[in-house]
Amino acid sequence: MINSSRKNIKGIVIEGITLFSAIIIIAIVIIMLLVIFIGGKDHLTWEFLTSFPTEGMTKGGIFPALYGTALLVIIMSIAAVPFGTITAVYLTEYAKENSLIAKTIRFAVRTLAVIPSIIYGLFGLGFFIKFVGAHIDGAFFGGELRWGQPNLLWASLTMALLTLPVVIVSVEEALKTVPQDLRAASLALGATKWQTIRKVVLPGSVSGIMTGTILAVSRGAGEVAPILFTGAAYYLATLPGLGDQFMVLGYHIYVLTTQSANVDQTLPIQFGTTCVLLLLTFTLNMTAVILRYRIRKQKNR
Amino acid sequence: MIMILDKIHTENMFLYYSGKMALKDISIKIPEKKVTAFIGPSGCGKSTFLRSLNRMNDLIDGVKIEGKVMIDSINIYDKNIDVVNLRKKVGMVFQKSNPFAKSIYENIAYGPKINGINDKNQLEEIVETALKNAAIWDEVKDRLGDSALGLSGGQQQRLCIARTLAVNPEIVLMDEPASALDPLSTSKIEELIVQLKEHYTIVIVTHNMQQAARISDNTAFFYIGELIEYDKTRTIFTNPNKKQTEDYITGRFG
Repeated sequence: MINSSRKNIKGIVIEGITLFSAIIIIAIVIIMLLVIFIGGKDHLTWEFLTSFPTEGMTKGGIFPALYGTALLVIIMSIAAVPFGTITAVYLTEYAKENSLIAKTIRFAVRTLAVIPSIIYGLFGLGFFIKFVGAHIDGAFFGGELRWGQPNLLWASLTMALLTLPVVIVSVEEALKTVPQDLRAASLALGATKWQTIRKVVLPGSVSGIMTGTILAVSRGAGEVAPILFTGAAYYLATLPGLGDQFMVLGYHIYVLTTQSANVDQTLPIQFGTTCVLLLLTFTLNMTAVILRYRIRKQKNR
Repeated sequence: MIMILDKIHTENMFLYYSGKMALKDISIKIPEKKVTAFIGPSGCGKSTFLRSLNRMNDLIDGVKIEGKVMIDSINIYDKNIDVVNLRKKVGMVFQKSNPFAKSIYENIAYGPKINGINDKNQLEEIVETALKNAAIWDEVKDRLGDSALGLSGGQQQRLCIARTLAVNPEIVLMDEPASALDPLSTSKIEELIVQLKEHYTIVIVTHNMQQAARISDNTAFFYIGELIEYDKTRTIFTNPNKKQTEDYITGRFG
């Protein structure tokens, strides 16, 4: 009798502790979102989104950072999505499940996924800028510094490397949801393997490829470390092209909080920018979650 | 006397699955424009044999084939055989209906399109003919643009047959095409098979002995990877030669 009530108390205590830690997590999320939203809500205006920073970045909007972020993720996607999709196609359609090459590729993908993002930044600097860029300058521009310095292109490609594992895994998952029966049906009609992939397998995985793209974009939109050395700029008065440095939301927040001459004056804009970045990644992730849920439902049908 | 041509014939064919013998010394002659049924208990190799006739077994790792598999007197396992062309000539209908997640029209047009037919009128004609030949035209002619996945199981299977016919094959292999269907849909498929033999050589694997008896001209009985007996369907079902065949068709095992 005594024994069992002791057990009861122990159980209640353990349940209490676990519940408490769960509540702390929820509280942190709510507080974080509330603080950011309350601080930034006045800035969620069309004007804030569409105007340039003014007066030493204490006033005005974040348009160039938004523009830079958009360009960054678009160029990144153009590089990462086809490359990732092709790799996923190789893994699911061509490579034998347990072959050495498939295992090696999977190992490489997993490794890419756990490399800290700052290392990508260093790699981008070393490979794209100091190696590829410098050689382009040497070969085509007589050594004049054009591509051998940080710019939008190198930053986007560096980001593409970072997001590649996300794309590969998502697309692979989607390709696997296409039933083997359909591949057999296509082949039995005299289709080649490539025709089968192009006309049956890939169309059946469009939403998976979309999910991968969106997840990659949302990751890329939020990361700062890979672009620190490869292209992000403090402030630019003009909108960038491929060969220019560019402003970007995440880096803009960093700049406002650490590099500004008057941090207190930039505080409202920091909140506003954070709010925009959060909304952006949040929306993207939700879209990906919904798409992925729909794919899973389709698979279980 | 009418000459009956052997459309398919195998000689001393062996099939190994990762080194294990799955088919042993199969020699059979399958006549043109007849329905030939393969019967036998599960795992007897009848489906494996069927799938080796259009080389669908190529898709499985570790399958090795010895002996001759001749279609129109050409060994389809010769090095210079183009598997893609072979499969255009030897179509296949699967156990589980497997329409593409496309419209009814696109399902049928798929085969002709990959064969390079792009003319819209020609495609429409092929689609209509194929659907008519598969006895499903009247049910779908007003909704060719609808998804094929919205059709009933029986309709889907006839659609798959139509899809196979649209490539204009000479041989149609059917792997238990009615095993997942209700009796009414099954009888429709059976009727269809009997009609199809006017133009096509049909080889059908079935678990259902009544079905084999109803629709086939010749029946082959497989048991543990061997072809035990092969004869006119009537002979197999009324007066089989081998005791194993008799035991199977009278339901003593399997």
